[in-house]
Amino acid sequence: MALSLKLNGKTHEVDAEPGTPLLWVIRDELKLTGTKFGCGVAACGACTVHLDGEPVRSCQTFVEDVEGAEITTIEGLNSNVAEAVQAAWVELDVVQCGYCQSGQVMSAVGLLTDNPKPTVEEIDDYMNGNACRCATYQRIRAAIQRASDMMEA
Amino acid sequence: MTLKTSRRGFLKSAAAAAAVLYVGARPDGALAAGSAPAQLNPFVKIDADGTVTAIVKHFEKGQGPATGLTTLIAEELGVSMEDIQYEFAPSDPSRYANLAFGQFQGTGGSTAIANSFMQYRQAGAAAREMLINAAAKAWGADAGALSIEDGMVTGAGQKAPIADFVAAAAQMEAPAEPRLKDPSEFRLIGNASVRRKDSLPKTNGTAQYAMDLHLPNQMVVVIARSPRMGGLATGFDDADAKAVKGYIRAAVLPNKAGVAVYAEDTWAAFQAREAISVDWDFSAAETRSSDQIREELMAAVNSDPTYNVNGADRAATEALVDGADTVLERTFYFPLLAHAPMEPLTCTIEANEDGGITLHDGAQMPTGPHFAMAEIFQLPMEKIRINTMLAGGSFGRRATPTADYQVEAALAFVLTDRTRPVKLVWSREDDITAGYYRPAVAHKVRIGLDAAGNIAGWDHRVAAQSIIKGTAFEPMLVHNGVDHSSVEGIGDSPYQIPGQHVGLTDIAKATTVLWWRSVGHTHTAYVMETMLDEAAQAAGRDPVEFRLALLKGGTADQQRLAGVLQLAADKGNWGKAPAGRSQGIAVHKSFGSYVAEVVEISGSASDGVKIEKVTCAVDCGLAVNPDVVKAQMEGGIGYGLGHVMRDEITLTDGVVDQSNFPDYEPLRIGDIGAIEVHIMPSAEMPTGAGEPGTPPSAPALANAIAVTGPRVTALPMNQNGVDFV
Repeated sequence: MALSLKLNGKTHEVDAEPGTPLLWVIRDELKLTGTKFGCGVAACGACTVHLDGEPVRSCQTFVEDVEGAEITTIEGLNSNVAEAVQAAWVELDVVQCGYCQSGQVMSAVGLLTDNPKPTVEEIDDYMNGNACRCATYQRIRAAIQRASDMMEA
Repeated sequence: MTLKTSRRGFLKSAAAAAAVLYVGARPDGALAAGSAPAQLNPFVKIDADGTVTAIVKHFEKGQGPATGLTTLIAEELGVSMEDIQYEFAPSDPSRYANLAFGQFQGTGGSTAIANSFMQYRQAGAAAREMLINAAAKAWGADAGALSIEDGMVTGAGQKAPIADFVAAAAQMEAPAEPRLKDPSEFRLIGNASVRRKDSLPKTNGTAQYAMDLHLPNQMVVVIARSPRMGGLATGFDDADAKAVKGYIRAAVLPNKAGVAVYAEDTWAAFQAREAISVDWDFSAAETRSSDQIREELMAAVNSDPTYNVNGADRAATEALVDGADTVLERTFYFPLLAHAPMEPLTCTIEANEDGGITLHDGAQMPTGPHFAMAEIFQLPMEKIRINTMLAGGSFGRRATPTADYQVEAALAFVLTDRTRPVKLVWSREDDITAGYYRPAVAHKVRIGLDAAGNIAGWDHRVAAQSIIKGTAFEPMLVHNGVDHSSVEGIGDSPYQIPGQHVGLTDIAKATTVLWWRSVGHTHTAYVMETMLDEAAQAAGRDPVEFRLALLKGGTADQQRLAGVLQLAADKGNWGKAPAGRSQGIAVHKSFGSYVAEVVEISGSASDGVKIEKVTCAVDCGLAVNPDVVKAQMEGGIGYGLGHVMRDEITLTDGVVDQSNFPDYEPLRIGDIGAIEVHIMPSAEMPTGAGEPGTPPSAPALANAIAVTGPRVTALPMNQNGVDFV
């Protein structure tokens, strides 16, 4: 079926069957590969995108349900919060293999947009669904705190 | 192969830049090219505009060689880290072999920096000398008066960018023994402020992994695999799959290991696979359950071992233990574990215009799939091209001796007319259920202590499914029947343990098994370090002091192990745990490096354990990129702890019980409160960093739990009496 998606500020006409996860439309049809496939069951967070500003797992979001919503992928991030998060990520060399990090960044932006000054407990709670098999969690936590400081400055 | 490569390079650069001065390949295989870009040696390429590229022979799965090998070149060449880029080397073991592996290109055993350290420095230094010699000639100056700093040739009253001398330098012979910098001259090696080369693209979504490749007109293939290990596909019914939009067709793989399902895109392939029913022949398939495997392992360690690992007299050891004042006896069980790298396995194969093929892959051991491709496609090696892409983790999984997933892709490609590229995609369920696990292992240890609490004898028996036997690595890694990877870290530990006998028994493989981050040390360190802890407790002695007493032989090995043990104890406030907290410590040598860790927990096994803090001390020789070493310790600790807390692969009648992260739960951000890493200053040659952080983490946690709770001798902990909060 033909669908119209608003993604990263542009409207895309796509052809996808109902029930197709947004993830695969983003990756295979729109060829935006920053959003990753990790588990397909919303258990790892690698596929996290923003739907009207809120982080969601695109592997469990059906494409027909998001017509009309503003979808943002890692490629479309454009805010002061995102800038601070990505700068902190690079400053602290958070990444190792990096495959989960798009999702980590998308969730971190969601967290700091809601809560610019999170406690460690709030960070751990919010980021709990984003798995990192390289276990870069120490640096993820530190980078979120660093980004929070940058936003305040 | 070198000639072909250089000709392709010639044609490519001829098209890109018309001015080609000279292209050739010397008989020794080294490239010398006066065109742009110029390759000064196999490891350094410099464009006419001065852009420097390190050609990295190790793949990047996050462990840092893209930064590390680039650092070595930049240091010796004299350019800043900002002014050097990297690309992955082609598959060619004549130039890019891992020096620790013989004539074989690959990454593993935490060897990337260790085997490249001199080679890449020499390459950078050779390029520096060639550029300086070219400048000296141009300026009529004495080469000895010139140097390169931040990409500028400087001296004799002159200063010019290296770009000015690239063309001339490229026509020179590389010096046989270029002068290497003295460590006192290092500006980048050992500098903790050097940043990773891959942070930005991995933070903004532009980094390209093998999973991200979309070749024009490609097909996606997924494999319907036998639910039981070793089952064979005899046929299938795809009537329902034909309703899936984008489904192309399906075919039984030539080796019958599964059914290849072809589709226009990934989701269609997954959907179609769901809709296909496959007929399986299970007559040769595994039908055991993991409980039976466990019983076999336990029976094996309770019988006389097949192999004597360390040559000690077993009867004498038994007599020493039996005659001791105190005997400690424990039996341990370690379950199968999956690697579960974040990027599921994937690779893409396409036909080349010259009749060859290209494999696009996060290739950990390119030489393996290179041979496999040549055999499957009946092509000469030089017709196979391997494009190494970023890998989303591995932990050993991308390096199978059978090149398993690359072979799968090749077989799926063979079944097509080869006009369309074929991209193989694994789902997480494929990854968790399709084998190549850390083998299940059992140990039995009997320690005799004398009246003074000193070790009198140590009888150690291991039973395992051998990783190495039956693979191409057997001649290198199996001696007198002993698969060294089953017992590494016991008899060869730096500890001076009197009366120690080590025995090994192999059991038949129930699943395919594979090296898993730190390989045998995943279980040997756990057994050694928890038993030593218990022995110290039985002797009424401090666990640190007890271990140090076994490291007084005066060897460098013992001094370095003692050094990190003491450093971790000091930095981790050993013996001064805050109220309500317990500490455990462990130390282990692996991959040439020495790592000690103090784990501090709150709570208890019955009330729920929280890992509050891990303090790590590492001696890996000279740390080329200290911050990358720290990151590898952090990651190695997390990988070790996450699995011992709650992960195992189990089988019921040959079918894997787990399927995805909900039942193979990864470490989460809240599981570890803090990790602090201290690097022992060292001028020794660099040794491993990717794996050595893992082995001490689990026994240190177990020892902390044992302060107020049980000695955990079977894993995972949450299935064996330990609750976590």
